[in-house]
Amino acid sequence: MVVQQDIEARLRAALQPAHLEVVNESHMHSVPPNSETHFRVVAVSDSFDGERKVARHQRIYQLLAAQMQGPVHALALHLYTPDEWRARDEQSRQSPDCLGGSKAEGRG
Amino acid sequence: MSSDTQTGDIMDTIREQIENNSILLYMKGSPNQPQCGFSAQTVQAVMACGERFAYVDVLSNPDIRSNLPKYANWPTFPQLWVNGELVGGCDIVMEMAESGELQTLIKETATGSEA
Repeated sequence: MVVQQDIEARLRAALQPAHLEVVNESHMHSVPPNSETHFRVVAVSDSFDGERKVARHQRIYQLLAAQMQGPVHALALHLYTPDEWRARDEQSRQSPDCLGGSKAEGRG
Repeated sequence: MSSDTQTGDIMDTIREQIENNSILLYMKGSPNQPQCGFSAQTVQAVMACGERFAYVDVLSNPDIRSNLPKYANWPTFPQLWVNGELVGGCDIVMEMAESGELQTLIKETATGSEA
């Protein structure tokens, strides 16, 4: 839970999100039980207004650079402005199934 | 050869790949045998546009895998590059595919590069 809480705290402080989900999806992948390697984030924030998608993602990756260089292997990001989020009926896409690549690479 | 020179060479290789391929996907595995669910979804979306594109399997190119994130300021794979610009990873590409933006971008790019 440590990594998950850390990600949540950092995103909350930086984005003041209207909606935030940080989901640990590590159990869907070929890693040991209770791992914190694969996360899915849904964040809705005014701060994304007027910012291109690539720039939004780059900003979040920067914010979580320490985690990305450390334990976190995959970080799915669904980043919306409040208007975009309403237009999507407050739904984001689910992550795809794992195909076992990280097992072939010999990493967690 | 110093490690700085090697890193410089890799950065040149990456720059050339991106400049010389107007539609380029860096992914884990190949389009027919993707090794990661995110790469699989992305390559399917790109293939569905029906145009030719280039790909690089970063699992069999470890130097590119370790250096492209620095070049791109983007830490993960897949990465779709169109006309020398990073379009995004799986999440952005899938959203663009749903909205129809991806097909427009890929078609326009493919038509433009043939002319």
